[in-house]
This record gives sequence, C-alpha cells and structure tokens, in this order.
Amino acid sequence: MVKSNATEVSSVQLRQLKPSFSSRFKEFFVRHLQVFFYSLGLLSRTPFSTLMTASALGIALALPTGLYVILDHASQLSGDINSINQISLFMKKGLSEANIQTIKKKLESYPEITQVKHVNRDAALQEFQDNSGFGDALKALKDNPLPDLLIVYPSITHNNPQQINALLGELKKIKQVALVQLDIQWLQRLYAILHIGQRGVLIIGFLLALGVLLIVGNTIRLAIENRRSEIVVMKLIGGTNSFIRRPFLYTGFWYGLLGSFIAILLVNISLIIINDPLAHLSSLYDSNLFSLGLMGVNISATLLLSGCFLGLLGARLAVGKHLKDIEPK
Amino acid sequence: MILFDQVSKRYKGGNEALSQVNFHLHQGEMAFLTGHSGAGKSTLLKLIALIERASTGNVIIGGKNLNKVSRHTLPYLRRNMGIIFQDYQLLYDRTVFDNVALPLIISGFSSREVKKRVHAALDKVGLLRFEKKYPITLSGGEQQRVSIARAVVNKPALLLADEPTGNLDPELSREIMNLFMAFNQVGVTVLIATHDIPLINQLNKRIIQLSHGQLLAEGES
Repeated sequence: MVKSNATEVSSVQLRQLKPSFSSRFKEFFVRHLQVFFYSLGLLSRTPFSTLMTASALGIALALPTGLYVILDHASQLSGDINSINQISLFMKKGLSEANIQTIKKKLESYPEITQVKHVNRDAALQEFQDNSGFGDALKALKDNPLPDLLIVYPSITHNNPQQINALLGELKKIKQVALVQLDIQWLQRLYAILHIGQRGVLIIGFLLALGVLLIVGNTIRLAIENRRSEIVVMKLIGGTNSFIRRPFLYTGFWYGLLGSFIAILLVNISLIIINDPLAHLSSLYDSNLFSLGLMGVNISATLLLSGCFLGLLGARLAVGKHLKDIEPK
Repeated sequence: MILFDQVSKRYKGGNEALSQVNFHLHQGEMAFLTGHSGAGKSTLLKLIALIERASTGNVIIGGKNLNKVSRHTLPYLRRNMGIIFQDYQLLYDRTVFDNVALPLIISGFSSREVKKRVHAALDKVGLLRFEKKYPITLSGGEQQRVSIARAVVNKPALLLADEPTGNLDPELSREIMNLFMAFNQVGVTVLIATHDIPLINQLNKRIIQLSHGQLLAEGES
C-alpha cells in the first residue's frame, strides 16, 4: 500500500511550485541586501534604545582604543628621545683648557660619535648664578665647584643599548674623566612602564571585547524574545534557520558598526580635549614632541572592522543559543 | 498523499494522544477531522506538519516518511504544505501583502513573481483591496482569509487547517469552507480539523472521526 502510494505522490511533488535556480541565486543577494537595510530600519524605529545600546558598545570599544592610541604615541615619543641620547663626561678638576680641547678633538674622531660639546666650568657657573636664584650664595664660594663638562652625542648608527654600553666603557677608560653619566635609566623605566601599559591595554581590550559580545548577545536575545511569535510563524511556513537568523545577524552587525563610530567619536573628542594642555606641558619642556593629534586611519579602520566582527559574533552566539528553543507548538 | 500507518503519539507525562491510527487520504481528496476536545485532532495535524513526531508507526506525506526527515530538511517539507490556524498566526507589524508574500520570499522568488502571485492569492480570497492594510484593522473573517491566502500562495499540494472557523460566525464559516472547497476542486488535497458538525454535514465530504486518540470507523458516529 505504501509503495503504490509513493508513485502517486512523487508526481505530486514534481508539481510543487519552485523558483528557478537562477532566480533563487539572484534573489539570494537581493534578499540579503533587503534584510541588510530592513534590520537597519527596525533599529531606527526605536532610536532611543538603539542609541543606548550602541553607546554602551561605543564606550566599551573607546576605552581600550583610547589607551592604545596614547601608548602608541608614547612609544613613538620614547623612540625620538632614544635617538638624541647624550652622554655627559664630567672632567677631573685642574685640567687646562688645551688639555680638554685635545680630549674633545680625540673624541670627535670616533666613528660612533657625531658631536662633542664643551661646557666650560666658568661659563656654567655664570649661567647657574644667573638662573638658579642662588647667585649670592654662590658668590660666597672661593672656588668654582663645577667641573668642566663634555657632552657626547652618539651617532644614530651606534644607538642601540649594546653599542652605547661599549662606548661608555671606552669613555670611562679616559683618565682625565671623573664621571661618565648616561641618563638611560629613566628611559629603561619608561620602557618598562610602557610594556606594562601595553599588557594592560591587551587585558582591558580582551575584557571589553567580551563585554561587547555580552551586550550584543543580550540585546539580540531580547530582540529574539520580542519577535518570538514571528519566528514561530516563519518556521511554520518553511523558513530555514539561516533565513530566520539573518535579520538578527545584520542587527548585530549594525550595532557593532554604530558602536565603533561612537567609539571613534569619543576617542577623538578625548584627544582634542587632552591636546591643548598637553601642548602647553610640552612647551614647558621646550619641546613640541608631545602632540597626540587625532586617531589615524589605520586604527580607525581596525576599530570599525573589529566592532562589526564583534557585533556579528555576539549576535551569532545569541541566535545559535536561543533560536533552537523556539519551535511551533 | 497522507498515510498514517499504526501511528501512536504519547506525550511526556504519559497520556496517549493517538493510538494505532491508520488512515489514507488520497491526492486531491478533501476530508474533515472531527472529534471531541482532546480527541487528538490537533496532535494528528501536528504530526503531519512535523510540529510533533510520532512515538511509534509511520507518517508518510507525499511519499516521504516523516520519521526520516531531519531538522535540516524539515523547512523544505513544510513549504509543500499550507497550514491554517484558528488564531490566524499573522504578523501584525506587516501589511497584508507582506504577510502573504512571506512564503514566497522564504523560497526565493523574484520581486516581480512575488507581486504577481500575492495578488492572485489575495484575489482568490477576495481581499485584493486590503493589500496595503495591516491585519489588525481587519475583521476575524478577513484575517482568516489573509492566512488562507498565505497558505495557498506558493500552491502547495496539501492544505491543513486546525479549527479554521473556530472564531467565526456561521455565515463567515460557510464562506471560509467554500474557499477550501474551491481549492480542493483544482486538485489540492485538504484536511480540516473542526467540530462544526452541522456545517460539515452539509458539505458531503469524507469525515474522519477521532475519539480518545482512536480512529472510529468512518460513517460511524
């Protein structure tokens, strides 16, 4: 009975109405595009709650991005400082001017040294008296307590820590030199701090990316809950899971994109606010090195891409978990 | 078209909604499924629509044994059936046109085809003038006709209806039944669960009776 029935029905199935392959292929893209904008339309119907969620995402994305931008600038800055390393040679007392000039000449002939500057002890005292405010106290001294100073500028090609250390060894061997001082320790400390900072940005970035996933996931979960009856109807009339999933995935994508834009806005506003006082501080150091500017194109693009990706991923996780629970009854 | 072979359905918790049901509904046939509340009418329809699965026995629809249908292929099978509910199951944030278009969009028809077929379906149920309205602004009978238009829009070989006239007055019920008769006349197999006995007695169609999950011999009452 079953067999005779089967032949009867297969002819029925052939009559089943189906769009042609080319039509389905073309429609696939058209529908994607439609759902793409349909999901944006759904979001714009509730602008306030959309903006709230997107802002939460924006803040979560802005924090690690902002820290990264600042750290990025700081490490570039330390790179600049690194290239103008200087070594101070404090000379022994009682050396004649000619003696010092000989040493200066000799040092200038070193290939690893670009320039040597002589700070005469008398000139230094005079400058100190003029500028320090201890002028009268210093006049009470019988002798000039300051030594002659040679400032050595290593060449850019001999600038890495090993080469600098080798040079320091050379300089210490000169018997007229009392003390060799390289202010490299603060630089090493800065590097260490930057290193911790970079790790910190990684950790904060990871945690807040997780936060973004949770925010998007929860928002999508609520959207699914709100549209439960619609999902049931879709399943009843033969909607595949991927069809039902699609608007929610695009919703996640839009949230990610909006959140990234808000993050870019927040970071740039913060940079603008910081820039002026920073320029002022910088001018106090007679430097124009400290300037953050705005976010670069690369980091903005990276932020947009990761925002969209996180939005999509959060939506996918939520949809995968919650769509299964909704079946017609 | 529909073949039930020793089908039983036991829900979790123990009560047996259907036991040892056998029947065969041929292609192009129309039948009413009746019985008291809780007799198993809805369960039987749910087994056909793959909303529930049989505990034992085989349900064969269009030559396909539903026991062998995976979750993945289930949507494609449902596209071969039009299902109509007592509570219409329309989407109230979309227009009549969009509601009826949904099955076609799911199947991937072009916009031009969709428009043509939706208009044809709405014309058949006499609601073409309402295509831009929202379902909530329509009467119960009109909403049910929208849901029928949606069920037939992709020309399924099988129409299932669960108490389609349950919320309607006798005159509207008669109109709705006439619609089903019209679809049956052009070759669609129709199975309608209802307990509107006076109405179906006038229609002179096959009546399948359920009582406590068991099929009564046809013609018996």
